[in-house]
Amino acid sequence: MALSVDPRDAYDATYGDFVKSLDRREPSWLHEARDTAIHRFREVGFPTPKQEDWKYTNLTPLLRVPFRVAPEGGPENVVSEQLEPFTFGVLKTSLLTFVNGRFAPRLSYVRYLPRRVRAMSLAEAIVDDPEALAQHLGRYAPPDGNAFTSLNAAFLADGAFIEVPPKTHVEEPIHLLFISRSRDAPLVTHPRNLIVLGDGSAATVIETYAGWPPDVTFTNAVTEVSVGAAASLGHYKMQREGERAFHMASMVVHQGRDSTVACHSFSFGGALARSHVHTLFRAEGGSLLLNGLFMTAGAQQSDNYTRIDHAEPSCTSLELYKGILDGTSRGIFNGNILVRKGAQKTSARQTNKNLLLSKEAWVDSTPGLEILADDVKCNHASTIGQLDENAVFYLRSRGIDEEAARNILTYAFAADVINQVSLAPVRIKLDQLVLSRLPKGSGLGVGA
Amino acid sequence: MIEVKNLHVKVGEKEILKGIDLTIRPGEVHAIMGPNGSGKTTLAQVLAGRATFQVTEGSATFDGKDLLAMRPEDRAREGVFMAFQYPVEIPGVSNAYFLKAALNAIRRYRGLDEIDAMDFVGLVEQKAQLLSLDESFMKRGLNEGFSGGEKKKNEIFQMAVLEPRFCILDETDSGLDIDALRLVAKGINAMRSPTRAMLVVTHYQRLLEYVQPDVVHVLVEGRIVKSGDADLARNLEKHGYGWILEEAPRPEPARA
Repeated sequence: MALSVDPRDAYDATYGDFVKSLDRREPSWLHEARDTAIHRFREVGFPTPKQEDWKYTNLTPLLRVPFRVAPEGGPENVVSEQLEPFTFGVLKTSLLTFVNGRFAPRLSYVRYLPRRVRAMSLAEAIVDDPEALAQHLGRYAPPDGNAFTSLNAAFLADGAFIEVPPKTHVEEPIHLLFISRSRDAPLVTHPRNLIVLGDGSAATVIETYAGWPPDVTFTNAVTEVSVGAAASLGHYKMQREGERAFHMASMVVHQGRDSTVACHSFSFGGALARSHVHTLFRAEGGSLLLNGLFMTAGAQQSDNYTRIDHAEPSCTSLELYKGILDGTSRGIFNGNILVRKGAQKTSARQTNKNLLLSKEAWVDSTPGLEILADDVKCNHASTIGQLDENAVFYLRSRGIDEEAARNILTYAFAADVINQVSLAPVRIKLDQLVLSRLPKGSGLGVGA
Repeated sequence: MIEVKNLHVKVGEKEILKGIDLTIRPGEVHAIMGPNGSGKTTLAQVLAGRATFQVTEGSATFDGKDLLAMRPEDRAREGVFMAFQYPVEIPGVSNAYFLKAALNAIRRYRGLDEIDAMDFVGLVEQKAQLLSLDESFMKRGLNEGFSGGEKKKNEIFQMAVLEPRFCILDETDSGLDIDALRLVAKGINAMRSPTRAMLVVTHYQRLLEYVQPDVVHVLVEGRIVKSGDADLARNLEKHGYGWILEEAPRPEPARA
């Protein structure tokens, strides 16, 4: 559909005011990076359905809304009790909360962290220690990626900065909670996170994006991650935006030699949610798990793009993404694995399975392998299907009613993704989230 | 207990069962034998409630209640159980979860409280022993990666836990080696009781050597053509189905 006004203008027009509002102590390289990004955005504009990667994503509903950048200093009436549903019960974590993209110290706490580990607001780090950021910020997710990452780079103001020195293990997870709240006008936020793990270090980071049903919000997030040699990262993303929210997110991970990364992505919320996960092996011996579940109902759309770049030899990637779609919802899985020339002894396995719970639900699954090396073990598989009626009958023949039988089978479909999660409290939360989203929302209803 | 009268069943346009009459009293074990394609499995599945079949004529009652009008889950709750010829694998649902869900659904229907967790564990242990099942299987996905024999044992195990009053065993002996067959037969025999009826559907006489039937019916082309005692099964094993086909009244040729 044609838009009468160029949707670029609304974003572009606020850039001047945004820049004026920034802290004068910020380093000049950051100003320059922002200017480069906004120029890039003006030039390229928003993607259109003519672009291969965007042909299944209808951006019109997003571009039609006149979003304005969330003003600074306005954590609007969010109290800690409201955050409780987005935390993980008995799991002990540090918590950095951001309301409309800005760090909210009164809703945050940092528990014990090993010496020299930093878990803080990026805005503070920009002013206090810009040198620590200079060699990382914008290096992994370059501002010319697409319109959304360009916008994020142009309006970069806050987010989380996590830095773990070499050989340091952070036992407790660090939870980054992004709350979007807009009670009057639709608001856009551009959180930017930077996670830097030194050689031989280990950490677990959880990112939650959350909001409430009536709010029209747009989260445009970018997370950049650098994982040092022999370091280990467990990353969880919980996308639980409100039902009228828009969510665009890019995560870029660079992996060092012999590093281990597990990226879990769970997407439940949003009217339109799109996630890009790009990983790069920049030295030998790395291993990667990409584990994802997206679950949609009503008229939701959930798009999941992943790209694994096997640039170096002897790395292993294992990818499992599952989609459960109900109502008239739409989903995309687009997985791209690139095995570059010289990346011998690569092992890559990609699986995408989708379950359609209604006749009107739709999913586009595009698995992809591009192999330029010859001594590799790679495969991919993709399925789209409905519940197995033989299995439904089997459960019913044992006394379980039809609705419960369908719910059990739907839950079972998600189980192998959830079981990849090693943190029990996160697994329990995921169980609850999946169960609460089953058709009729009654859980399994079987008292087992 | 079970009263089947003039049951006609179609799959699509094809008539599979052409007027079955069958009465099973409490305590009795009936066997249905017959060559492949005679309609044995159709009869078992229609009684269990599979929807792919269309009953065009006749009736089936269970304790006087119209079985054919009941949903499959209500048949199970009333006390009907079918051991599947091909049990379904459901990864992601543990055997324990599944069985507890089934047991509690049945208990609720009967106005009983849900089973206490410890009682459930005790019940499972006791029944698993009967079939020499390793308890670790309860934690595994339902039938996930089970061998043919393990799946059949699991069917009988479920039957032992759920304690139905009418058991339908659909080709339970197929694909079993002799040790598994003995265990399965032991499990079935342990459930024989004056208040419970069984219908054993089988192609071979093998299982019937261990589970002595009271009545044997021979099903050919959708009709019961002969009924007798356990000797009938032995004769079939010795002489095959040919002599019965000779002896059986042929369907009248269609008139032009």
